[in-house]
Amino acid sequence: MSVGSTKPEMRGHEDRALRAVLPVIVLALALVLWQAVVWLAQIPAYLLPGPLLVLSTLVSDWTLLSASLLVTLSTTVEGFLLATLGGVGLAILFNQSRLIEYSLYPFAVILQVTPIVAIAPLLLIYLPQQAAVLACAWIVAFFPILANTTLGLNSVDRNLADLFRLYGATRRQMLWELKLPAALPHMLAGLRIGGGLSLIGAVVAEIVAGSAGAGSGLAYRIIESGYRLNIPRLFAALILLSLSGIAIFFALSLVSHLLLRRWHESAIMSEP
Amino acid sequence: MKIPAASSAPVNPVVTLRSVDKVFDTGVVALEGLTVDIRPGEFVSLLGPSGCGKSTALRLIAGLTEPTSGQIEWPERTKTAGHVVGFVFQEPTLMPWATVRANVNLPLKLQGATSTARPRVEAALAQVGLTTFAESYPRELSGGMKMRASIARALVTEPRLLLMDEPFAALDEITRFRLNNDLLALWQSLGKTVVFVTHSVFESVYLSQRVLVMTPRPGRILRELSIDAPYPRDERFRTSATYVEYCRQVSETLSRALAEEG
Repeated sequence: MSVGSTKPEMRGHEDRALRAVLPVIVLALALVLWQAVVWLAQIPAYLLPGPLLVLSTLVSDWTLLSASLLVTLSTTVEGFLLATLGGVGLAILFNQSRLIEYSLYPFAVILQVTPIVAIAPLLLIYLPQQAAVLACAWIVAFFPILANTTLGLNSVDRNLADLFRLYGATRRQMLWELKLPAALPHMLAGLRIGGGLSLIGAVVAEIVAGSAGAGSGLAYRIIESGYRLNIPRLFAALILLSLSGIAIFFALSLVSHLLLRRWHESAIMSEP
Repeated sequence: MKIPAASSAPVNPVVTLRSVDKVFDTGVVALEGLTVDIRPGEFVSLLGPSGCGKSTALRLIAGLTEPTSGQIEWPERTKTAGHVVGFVFQEPTLMPWATVRANVNLPLKLQGATSTARPRVEAALAQVGLTTFAESYPRELSGGMKMRASIARALVTEPRLLLMDEPFAALDEITRFRLNNDLLALWQSLGKTVVFVTHSVFESVYLSQRVLVMTPRPGRILRELSIDAPYPRDERFRTSATYVEYCRQVSETLSRALAEEG
């Protein structure tokens, strides 16, 4: 490494440190302020619990909340995996047959643009609750995966496709050796969006199903805590949901980075 | 347009285009009455402005598109196009997700070769001087090195005919001159037939034995010029009076081609 290039590199390190440290400082300040306001104004816990009370509730109610967390997370993950299968599978099918694409694509769009909150009650009538919740997570997550993968499969370098034809590539080889690798960055972008959305889908369905019965996911806990004015537990459940969303995002970003880091432009920026 | 008769060589041409027309779906006449013999071992350039159908001619020879009318004949060929033709595009056209070695191996892989492939890949990499970069990814290479990898990929199936579609147009002049020299050296040592598409008068004269000057709309061959300068050609040829004289001739012909367009 030459002397000239060390300076911008140092700046790069500083920049990354700032990116990590500044939000933490802001968060800490906000929490301190929040706690101070609650103490000084003597706000009752059923209106606004302080962060310390929320934290202690998180610990004391952990058995209940962790069980709910597990329910919501497993719905999310299952919905996401099914959405990945459905989205990628349908995108491949569309790519292989124009007729199928023309026939089905409009319905995929309709499914996407109709608000999930509005579909959920119907699903709860026709399906067992667990299946309905799963279906909601699936519906919300699958479209961005389908749309992005379709975009990726269609954005293959024309010359590269010609080259494959020149050497007599089969349809199978075209798909596995050319189209899918070329579509991978788009597909991963779709998965990152779909991961967050499947959590939203699961939560929406739980909320709609909430009054209907036996659901015990985090969203159900939030509704239940709201009815009971158990606001500290409501906050604790909310924090768990938020952390789940963050964890999903980072996990999928990591997968994306690991798969693309050697060759794709999008992954180069984050290299040391 | 009258084409000078090919010299009465006893050997069959590698490929012959006979009154080939190509009309696109849009109604644009890309090529009209294209008749040309590509003889074994020769280096021939198609020179012309953009829109003269020179790339289309190359794609027709490669079998990537079909002629609207006319014939493309391969007197000595029995196998499919992929085995006898190597194609180098204007862009390096490498798979960004694969290493240089995997990129060069691609034609063999698509054709189902396995155990015999390795030495041929190594040989092709060595021919273009990329052996030490075999495990690099395309984005880690310079423009010139990417183009070398692309040439290695075209050579790996050991084709008789190498089709090159303005391969060095996007490179800087220094790199282009070096790749010109390397290409000539490869051509001489491997004995391939090369059809080279370019819009550079200087490049076509430097490289070729024959230059076919084409006119646009519709694409036709206006004239064929022989460049009777001995190989190996090097920087001395590039600055010689002979070279300048040939460039002048070709340039004039090209100007006439453009004037005809109106």
